Amino acid sequence: MNWYRSLLLMVLTGLATQLQAVEAEWSGNLSGELRYFPETPADARQQESNASAAFEPEYALEWENGRQSFVTRLFARWDQNDERRSHYDIREMMWSKAAEAWELRLGIGKVFWGVTEFLHLVDIINQSDAVENLDLEDKLGQPMINLAWIQDWGTVDFFVLPYFRERTFPGEQGRPRTQPAVDTAQAVYQSEEKEKHVDYALRWYHSIAEWDIGVSYFTGTSRDPRLQVGLNSKGEPVLVPYYDLINQISLDLQGTFDAWLWKLEALHRSGQGPAFNAITGGFEYTLYGVFGSSADLGLLLEYLYDDRGSTAPTAFEDDLFWGMRFALNDEQSSEVLAGQLIDRQTHAIIYNVEASRRFGDAWKVYLEARIFDKAPPTDPASAFNQDDYLQLEVMYYF
Amino acid sequence: MKNSLLILLAVLLPLSAMAETMEEKGLQIAQEADRRDSGWGDQQSSLKMILRNRHGQESIREMHNRSLEVEGDGDKTLIVFDRPRDVKGTAFLSFTHATRPDDQWLYLPALKRVKRISSSNKSGPFMGSEFAYEDISSQEVAKYKYKFLRDDKLEGRDVFVVEQYPQYKNSGYTRIISWIARDIYRPLKVEFYDRKNSLLKTLTYHEYKQYLNKYWRPARMEMTNHQTGKSTTLIWKSYKFNNGFTARDFDRNSLKRAR
Repeated sequence: MNWYRSLLLMVLTGLATQLQAVEAEWSGNLSGELRYFPETPADARQQESNASAAFEPEYALEWENGRQSFVTRLFARWDQNDERRSHYDIREMMWSKAAEAWELRLGIGKVFWGVTEFLHLVDIINQSDAVENLDLEDKLGQPMINLAWIQDWGTVDFFVLPYFRERTFPGEQGRPRTQPAVDTAQAVYQSEEKEKHVDYALRWYHSIAEWDIGVSYFTGTSRDPRLQVGLNSKGEPVLVPYYDLINQISLDLQGTFDAWLWKLEALHRSGQGPAFNAITGGFEYTLYGVFGSSADLGLLLEYLYDDRGSTAPTAFEDDLFWGMRFALNDEQSSEVLAGQLIDRQTHAIIYNVEASRRFGDAWKVYLEARIFDKAPPTDPASAFNQDDYLQLEVMYYF
Repeated sequence: MKNSLLILLAVLLPLSAMAETMEEKGLQIAQEADRRDSGWGDQQSSLKMILRNRHGQESIREMHNRSLEVEGDGDKTLIVFDRPRDVKGTAFLSFTHATRPDDQWLYLPALKRVKRISSSNKSGPFMGSEFAYEDISSQEVAKYKYKFLRDDKLEGRDVFVVEQYPQYKNSGYTRIISWIARDIYRPLKVEFYDRKNSLLKTLTYHEYKQYLNKYWRPARMEMTNHQTGKSTTLIWKSYKFNNGFTARDFDRNSLKRAR
């Protein structure tokens, strides 16, 4: 029995040394948000203003000098008017292990692909938490098995995505939202397995001198649904999300030359109606130390194209985005991003301003304004014609 | 015969030493400083920045970093921010190169996004501090031309005073004057002159400590901007060498798990 005892001792000692080196940490944020809509709502159930609050705590465990970790990040929001926006989510609950030639991630998490600023065309692993913001940058936690294989010629990422997350949409009282509202309860899937359909993705990416390149393949349930007109149980018109099974191949490329960043994202997708191609690309050029100060002025120009043209379910089928990012580089990290999206077909314009500034050590204030210039009814952006808004968000970080 | 040759050598040697130009001597000092600080392999440390405006109001930055020495090229450095809390987890990866532009990536944890960024912003402030990006990036001999100015004393210590001229693009400086301690070949004081050649900033190094019986690292640095009245104190803590880091701890994948 001696060998048994020494083995046990070895395991316990090993565990003890591992546990000794475990670093645990709490962090996160608490936020309050106010929205004001100057125009009369398109739907009488919508309000002129809205208050909301959110809480996002994170607990992280790390050992083996950071090569192994377990991270949990939760999110909960309360919303004054929109019961759909009052929601919670497991943003992350992920175990990661990094070895010399590979990394394995198991659990719920978030992955970002892409390079452009206005539209994240090739980013597909996570579903958008679209009740959060129109920009679709908030994502729902995605269950996944992810193995990264790391070689001199780049990294190959394999993803098995065993469970699909439906996109969230504002409810009847939500604002801004489509007209009519989306009835998520009626969501339709092409796959009989519905959300249990297993999706797969494969990606290669590499940095070669000034170039960062990524080529990806995805097969499974489309993250962006087609919205079809239907009726709810009260016989009122609603939009019903339809989730197709798609195959998609995509490219993202950035060239970094001095103060110029050249960006391109392109995809080919089949399975969602006739096969189509979409592309977005442009540049970001930064002027450093403008007006004799230490502030930076970034100029952005991106073109958005979808070859389905006016039949595309996206508002970005032939659009031009340009904007300016002004960073003061001061102690408060003050920053303003102002831009304009112009539809080259309908001439509809969306104005967008985002500004932020830190107060003290732990507080940050974000201001956001979006103005939807009268888009004709043929433009999908016309749904938001009455929904110009101003948003103030105060965030406390711990 | 042998003796007279020795005498001749003794007379001629200082002459040949004199024939060495001030530029050559400056370069030799830089090369010797580089040689003495080579071979450390990898290191990590945590640091705290105290930013002071002209009214004396302070704000704090905290971060930890690790570096990997790369033979024949500039070092690889990863900096992870801890404070202020809104940028916690934001990570900055830099591959320094002697002559061509550095490669730099930024990791934004809220979006889980790795962003390749331009490294041409040499003179911009790092984290709103008085340290510019070019002040914190790894110092490679080939990045500058040199000129030895004089031997001098600084607070009772023997120093070389050497002037440096940046050879990389987009520097905010016309020249940099360093007071280098003769005994340890590390700077004690540095003056930075702006593009108009007027004194912009002074950096002083304090409480040098030796690690692995070889490498000298300061525990504190003080940067004062003479034109704005602002200053930044940089406090280095827990230097650690021989961590066994490899290039894998400095790649895009490692950015995503930096915390």
